[in-house]
Amino acid sequence: MEFAELIKTPRVDGVVLRRPFLPTVEGTLCLTGHHLILSSRQDNTEELWLLHANIDAIEKRFVGSLGTIIVKCKDLRVIQLDIPGMEECLNIASSIEVLSTLDSVSLMYPLFYRPMFQVIEDGWKSFLPEDAFKDLESMTEEWRLSDVNKDYSVCSSYPPLVAVPKDVDDDTLRKAAAFRHGGRFPVLSYYHKKNGMVMMRSGQPLTGTNGRRCKEDEKLINATLRAGKRGYIIDTRTVSVAQQAKARGGGFESEANYPQWRRIHKAIERSSILQESLIKLVEACNDQSHSMDRWLSKLEASNWQTHVKEILTTACLAAQCIDREGASVLVHGTEGTDSTLQVTSLAQIILDPACRTIQGFQALVEREWLQAGHPFQQRCSQSAYSNSKPRCEAPVFLLFLDCVWQILRQFPCSFQFSQHFLVLLFEHTYASQFGTFMGNSASERSKLNLSQKTVSLWSWVNRPQEVERLSNPLYEANCLVIWPSVAPQSLLLWEGVFLRWKRSSRCLDEAYDEMVHIIQYNKELQNKVNNLRRQLAQLETEEPLLQTP
Amino acid sequence: MMEHIRTPKVENVRLIDRTAPRKAMVGTLYLSATHTIFVENNPETRRETWVLHSMVASVERPPTTPSGSHLVVHTKNFQVVQLLIPQERDAMDVQASLARLSRPEKYSELYCLSINPNANKEEREESWSFLDLQADYRRMGVPNNLWVSTPANSEYRVCDTYPSELFVPKSATPPVIVGSSKFRSRGRLPVLTYFHQDTLAAICRCSQPLSGFSARSQEDEQMLEAIMKSNPGSDYIYVVDTRPKLNAMANRAAGKGYENEDHYANIKLQFIGIENIHVMRNSQQKIIDVGELKTPSMGDFLWGLESSGWLKHIKAVLDAGVFIAKAVAEEGISVVVHCSDGWDRTAQACSVASVLLEPYYRTMKGLMLLIERDWVSFGHKFSHRYNHLEGDPKEVSPVIDQFLECVWQLSEQFPCAFEFNERFLVQLHRHVYSCQYGNFLGNSQKERRDMGLRERTHSLWPQLWKDRAQYANPLYRADHTQTQGMLRPNTTPYCFKMWKGMYNRVEKSSPPRQTPTDLLTAVREETQQLEEELTNHQEVAPGGTAQPGTKQEDCSPDKSGSN
Repeated sequence: MEFAELIKTPRVDGVVLRRPFLPTVEGTLCLTGHHLILSSRQDNTEELWLLHANIDAIEKRFVGSLGTIIVKCKDLRVIQLDIPGMEECLNIASSIEVLSTLDSVSLMYPLFYRPMFQVIEDGWKSFLPEDAFKDLESMTEEWRLSDVNKDYSVCSSYPPLVAVPKDVDDDTLRKAAAFRHGGRFPVLSYYHKKNGMVMMRSGQPLTGTNGRRCKEDEKLINATLRAGKRGYIIDTRTVSVAQQAKARGGGFESEANYPQWRRIHKAIERSSILQESLIKLVEACNDQSHSMDRWLSKLEASNWQTHVKEILTTACLAAQCIDREGASVLVHGTEGTDSTLQVTSLAQIILDPACRTIQGFQALVEREWLQAGHPFQQRCSQSAYSNSKPRCEAPVFLLFLDCVWQILRQFPCSFQFSQHFLVLLFEHTYASQFGTFMGNSASERSKLNLSQKTVSLWSWVNRPQEVERLSNPLYEANCLVIWPSVAPQSLLLWEGVFLRWKRSSRCLDEAYDEMVHIIQYNKELQNKVNNLRRQLAQLETEEPLLQTP
Repeated sequence: MMEHIRTPKVENVRLIDRTAPRKAMVGTLYLSATHTIFVENNPETRRETWVLHSMVASVERPPTTPSGSHLVVHTKNFQVVQLLIPQERDAMDVQASLARLSRPEKYSELYCLSINPNANKEEREESWSFLDLQADYRRMGVPNNLWVSTPANSEYRVCDTYPSELFVPKSATPPVIVGSSKFRSRGRLPVLTYFHQDTLAAICRCSQPLSGFSARSQEDEQMLEAIMKSNPGSDYIYVVDTRPKLNAMANRAAGKGYENEDHYANIKLQFIGIENIHVMRNSQQKIIDVGELKTPSMGDFLWGLESSGWLKHIKAVLDAGVFIAKAVAEEGISVVVHCSDGWDRTAQACSVASVLLEPYYRTMKGLMLLIERDWVSFGHKFSHRYNHLEGDPKEVSPVIDQFLECVWQLSEQFPCAFEFNERFLVQLHRHVYSCQYGNFLGNSQKERRDMGLRERTHSLWPQLWKDRAQYANPLYRADHTQTQGMLRPNTTPYCFKMWKGMYNRVEKSSPPRQTPTDLLTAVREETQQLEEELTNHQEVAPGGTAQPGTKQEDCSPDKSGSN
């Protein structure tokens, strides 16, 4: 298929563009295979380049022969295009509709994008599992890297290499995989250096209604326990949801078969409920005519903040088991690709200072989301405005980012990055020129050969100028475990995403600049004073020499 | 006060940490004439907790348990101290003592009046001259050829709740002043509170007119006409009635009400809809309860926030200020503001407008002056509203709390606009209730004069000023864009947050919560030291040897680049 076939009217003059916080622009609208472009031809800064993939929904309106298209983006921005001529408007609208919903992976923009910047470090090679394992090896000898999944045959959503207990052989892994949802047998997620405790994750056990058991699975997870120690299984579902799963072949670990483990059920919601929640929240944020009562009741009714609280609470629980109880933990829900990853990744942010650096956070996203098989493409193909029936869409990763933002807000000096980094990740999971978030698993990305055919987001992010832009001026490295408050009063609406296009951030940006300035000026002075001190010290040591006859 | 203390000392008392009930400190409880003091037994820390009697709002004693009797002390600044006392009898004694000590019956029992006024006579006298209200009027350019000072209220002749010195339009004759005063509730005639030098528009304040269904007063009409004429170039004024229209209408039956637009030429009447003191009192109690919920779900919390109505009321007060500020600065139209008596909602609306209009009122001294003018001098009934003495509970209402919260909400939207930080507002709030200083005692200037407070107590302002380092906002810079001109806040509901620093202070955190304010303050202090060191080095370093340091200009805080 050629893009040209889909574009009936590639160009319209005299189009008026209205967008948040920027002056209205009149110019020429152009459609290309991947972009909607509006250029005033006078000043390049006024151009709009919008990826079709970023378009979540459009609405058409007509007044006489003047058509209006409201474009609602996945990053939650809403823009308006006034197009003279009914036919032009209809053509543009239908092209946008098709181009923004192309299902074919081979037509996606990252496969066409050529970087306009120099790639210093190839992001596809920045976070290899082998490298991560080297760090682990330096801390413990109890784990090994298994390539049992090298051709993705044991578990299609796992990477080729996974860390497992040293004493468990690949055969056992295969058998355990057959007992776990999606073949997701328990693997290492995090090793807590301080006390040697670990966090593992998996899919639900396939116990079914008649309580099937699997000796290999039991052996696998028991191998992670120290002698005489008990571990915790955190099931992200409520007891009743987990019970119901039995009827569909799933289930949970029974006390009888896993006597060394204590099971705790939490209540993190699943995909469709989360998507609905996002839609309601964005709707509430976009209606500025609400009274205070209505706003608060809509905010409550969206349940978004409840999800944030529940996820953070569960992550804190996992972190507590490891750090305070000195116990190992296994986390799973149903598939082990959504709520499980929210919990394991947030627990690491709480426990491990390395995850709070720019590089470390990328490594965490790479390890706990991309390699761990979170189906980004399915989850992020529609956002809050889409009218089409949701299939597998859910803001699972966005909720994770929201939780990170909450911790960042509570500990503003403990993160090397600012919220800009989190917003950037949100944008790129929904629409991007980079291949990082394409596909649903390592196996899909490898089949598409993305590391060869596309540019990695990390290649862009890890350039010095971008790192600087994403840095948090208040950061002071510390090695502490940080315990966020999960009290409702402590959890705020993430303005940086949900009110981003509604409320000008100028004054907050100014405050941020001021903060940067205060800190930079201080550093400059420190350098100068240190230089002086050094020179003085030098003079003092030289002086006696000079005085010697 | 000592005679009210039944048990001056109780041992083996536990101070319970409400966030972690299992962690309690064991120590001794003392009751002094002014404070409840808990001293921890642990010889290493010996931590002390002091609660001023005048800050105690209530003392509850839940049913006795086998381990003893609990006492739950709620303070007027929304903190909760929970004690476990082994003997029920001791607990009852402490409760009874506190009940009496925290509710003084006469002013002389209050802390600030219980200290010897002549101990630091000079300091005391100086403390009262720290702020000069007349100088602030002069700063605004008043008096001038439009607004003049009138002796009409000397000895509080026309209005005993107003200050003795008033500014009125130059063209308002004494009969107009007196006549207008007679036509206004409690004699509170329209007078100047703020003059905007750029547009020559003014904010005037008064109480409701005694218009009933048909009464009118020529002098009052002339007064409003004179106010309009004092703003050359404008052909109307706004009359802002800060009450809900329904309430204003109901007042007509009692012979009060609002201005009839047929009788007053050239006025535009605007109702704002700030609720009355009773609604506000109930609303605050609900938000306090929300702040004290033990482990609320998100739903409990948001529902509580909504049903308290508190943020809705804060928004109404801020909206009133925005309306007035815009009229004055953008339209150049003078505004006359009133509610019923003109000492609660009117004080809120006028002072919020001043903060929005005038950068000076966003500095520490400026805010002090603003409170001194719009609240203290214009007869806001501090002692009634903040329950300084045992009195009518229906008179109590968190009116100034709401003003301070509006300022806080603004500081969240404009982080560089205010010279002070949140702590300053929290401290101001505390002292409105504490009665440690004489500033807020009584209900009017006249009452304070009659009590001789300047001779008997100290003023709070110089004390706050002395501690200004801890109240400074590190992001404030006098030449920043946010400190210039008028603030135009966004008052969409989602811009309002619950003020955690006021209503939810108990929470602890591990590691201790980091605040950018503290960090930046520390950085700025260090910067200052570095600057000094650099200067010293340059002075000491002999010319000719090496090059100790570059020129001073290179590191001067030139911030043009970052704006």
